[in-house]
Amino acid sequence: CDADETLLDALRNRLGLTGSKEGCGTGDCGACSVMLDGRLVCSCLVLGAEAEGRKIETIEGMADGENLHPLQRKFLEHAALQCGVCTPGFLVASKALLQKNKNPTETEVRYWLAGNLCRCTGYDKIVRAVLDTAAEMREKRHAA
Amino acid sequence: MPLDDAAARVRQGFSQVGTRPLRPDGVDKVTGRARFGADAVAPGMLIGRILRSPHAHARIRKIDASKAVALRGVKAVVTSADFAERADDLKDVLVNVMARKKALYEGHAVAAVAATSATVARKALKLIKVDYEVLPHVTDVDEAMKPSAPLLHDDIFTKGVEPRPKKPSNVTERFEFGVGDVAKGFAEADIVVERVFKTEATHQGYIEPHACLANIASDGTGELWVCTQGHYMVRDNCARLLGMELSKLRVTASEIGGGFGGKTTVFIEPVACALSRKAGRPVKIVMTRDEVFKATGPTSSTSMRVKVGAKRDGRITAAECDLRFQGGAFAGSPVQFGAMTAFACYDLANVKAVGWDVVANRPKQAAYRAPGAPMAAFAVESVMAEVADKLKLDPIEFRMKNAAKEGTKAAYGPTFGPVGFVETLKAVKAHPNYKVPLGKNQGRGVASGFWFNFGGQTCVSLNLSPDGTVTLAVGTPDIGGSRASMSLMAAEELGIPYDQVRTIIADTSSLGHNDISEGSRVTFSTGMATIHAARDAIKKLCARAAMTWGIPVDAVVWEKGHAKPAGPNAGNFPPLSLKEIAATMFNTGGPIAGHHEYNAENAGPSFATHVVDVEIDPETGRTTVLRYLIAQDAGKAVHPSYVEGQFQGGAAQGVGWALNEEYIYGADGRLQNPGFLDYRIPVASDMPMIDTVIVEVPNPGHPYGVRGVGETSIVPPLAAVANAVQAASGVRLNSVPFSPPKVLAALEAKR
Repeated sequence: CDADETLLDALRNRLGLTGSKEGCGTGDCGACSVMLDGRLVCSCLVLGAEAEGRKIETIEGMADGENLHPLQRKFLEHAALQCGVCTPGFLVASKALLQKNKNPTETEVRYWLAGNLCRCTGYDKIVRAVLDTAAEMREKRHAA
Repeated sequence: MPLDDAAARVRQGFSQVGTRPLRPDGVDKVTGRARFGADAVAPGMLIGRILRSPHAHARIRKIDASKAVALRGVKAVVTSADFAERADDLKDVLVNVMARKKALYEGHAVAAVAATSATVARKALKLIKVDYEVLPHVTDVDEAMKPSAPLLHDDIFTKGVEPRPKKPSNVTERFEFGVGDVAKGFAEADIVVERVFKTEATHQGYIEPHACLANIASDGTGELWVCTQGHYMVRDNCARLLGMELSKLRVTASEIGGGFGGKTTVFIEPVACALSRKAGRPVKIVMTRDEVFKATGPTSSTSMRVKVGAKRDGRITAAECDLRFQGGAFAGSPVQFGAMTAFACYDLANVKAVGWDVVANRPKQAAYRAPGAPMAAFAVESVMAEVADKLKLDPIEFRMKNAAKEGTKAAYGPTFGPVGFVETLKAVKAHPNYKVPLGKNQGRGVASGFWFNFGGQTCVSLNLSPDGTVTLAVGTPDIGGSRASMSLMAAEELGIPYDQVRTIIADTSSLGHNDISEGSRVTFSTGMATIHAARDAIKKLCARAAMTWGIPVDAVVWEKGHAKPAGPNAGNFPPLSLKEIAATMFNTGGPIAGHHEYNAENAGPSFATHVVDVEIDPETGRTTVLRYLIAQDAGKAVHPSYVEGQFQGGAAQGVGWALNEEYIYGADGRLQNPGFLDYRIPVASDMPMIDTVIVEVPNPGHPYGVRGVGETSIVPPLAAVANAVQAASGVRLNSVPFSPPKVLAALEAKR
């Protein structure tokens, strides 16, 4: 890709993966959150060229075929989205949180997601959805 | 349109309305499949970019775009010369879309290019030479009203003032609403409180920047894909500005990533259309966040005076306000709504509310959730708290004594039907949050709010498929989950499962005109149209059953998704389900569809009361929101989760307005914080859980009792936070935002 092209541009314009959104282009809103080699990043702050040969995970890869990831399901059940434009970023960031911390407190969820802006919901239902997902995933692991 | 008998009776008892099914667009939105404004592409597509004024106020002497036109890859350049000048209702819209003669604010569009890539387009903008004569500017509302202020326009002569001024000014209009005699009322008062207030401009702050993709052909036809709250409005504005016939421009509303009023007008859309027509290729424009802050939205900044008089027993004897709103570079701030809503919560004999609409060198304000009301409520509800305090009355008891109720004649004109204000007061009083003991540096604030709610032009079509599923086509973009609510209402009326109704947002060529998704009107107006369209389809379903059975149509009734003989005399036939009738419809007379088109009236107003607990850090002046409680009247909550979502979202926006958000201008008239880092909207760690109580006092103007809920929730928070900060710190701040430095300075002044 071009030298001035961001990873977000490359994902959206070259690969047609438009699930990652550009809300600001300055790393302030988190709508473009992706995983780069297992690390949560704002893809608008990464150059496309930097990502060569590295592992990128976007919202498009979150569901397993027709089976939604538990976070995706819980976001729907809790009505944790209104317009939905921030939702892919929140889901990617939440998944990264639950990989690091299986049992986050409400405060931990709120601070982890403080880099993702949502203007519709006031965050209440998003935080509940993440906490509920964590609880369900713990129960499943426990049962297994 | 008069309501028919059936609609005039508000239904009781529902099988699906009031439940919380998953939204129909949900999977698309959690998987990244949903297509928003910037997500569309077209073959041969060009990228459009807009050149904007760096000056707050400047005469445009000359624009030389010859070098940009000559740049390889540039396919079109447009300026105001590409749009015919207008004197009609689109005059200001056009001048705002593309500056003509003068740039009126920093960020005002002056030219645009379409090029084969974003890189080329950016290069081309740098090659356009604009010769500016910089003029003195004014951004503050009180300064802009002074006779010595720099004039934005030479043709504004204040309306609503007798005699009409002979000299132009920045004051476009004076409004006045009222009842009774305030002088008499203040004379009767035992206590009078008068205060002045200021609020800063805030932006709607939707996460999705404006985006569109235009494809206009040389024969005067075209297509436009756009994120907007109203694609019929976009069609109207673009077609007229380009001299096209309305029906030749097909506008499709994309998924919309938030609007809150900010996407109820056009900015980039006519420019994209003009570039596309000139280049003969599709043109996509996506705004940057910097452009969104500098050239769209925001709401008005204000300066206000409020005076309230009351008897010792808490009964208000008179109330008065003087509101001054600057609405950016053009007439049309929401000061009129501010003046109308200011005292609407109260049943008062003597009220005078005056509003002044003012222009200043800032972006043209756009509607923001209950436009005008949050500012007026900040001032009024702050004074109400002080009056209650001085009278040693509980703030809820004080409001209860003066509350508007059924039969109250509002100061702005109408007499209220059944309204739920008192019920919201009772609900918060009974809630456990109201009794939680508070600690040191903590305080509790109460405030109430009102919004009119609107109806408006609405048209829907409900189409049966041969397999018995239903498509509902509506023309109001879904900005908060309305497709779920529409599907619920259609399913309820038809008596079929929710998931068998698919609601879509039809494009402008597929359905008759619909007003914008604004004014909290969608669930009310489009919902009522949906119910009527379903009833229209049911009539046709019953007629097919009657024909099949060979009995008169009035001998058939519709119950739980089935046509049935009306009684034993009608005949003995097994019921026919919607699915069965749909399966044979091609042999019984053809396709079955229900329609409804009307101008929706009788939108019931919605009242809310908010209670917020805060803690102030005396070292830093930082305010932390500990607890938040909302009680609001929804009439009937169709999908309670999305009703709660509206309550919570509005409250969070109000908290941002109260604590952090503001447009900060430098002495040069340039916006100093055009990004989310410095214009700080609330983040997850700024907010607590937001507790909600849905009050349901049915609106008799809707068959299910629905009231709009989207806007009222942003009306009380500014004052609720102000009252809580006062209670926590002993300091009353009369200008938002209560940023830490401002609170700290007030604390230090007190110490």
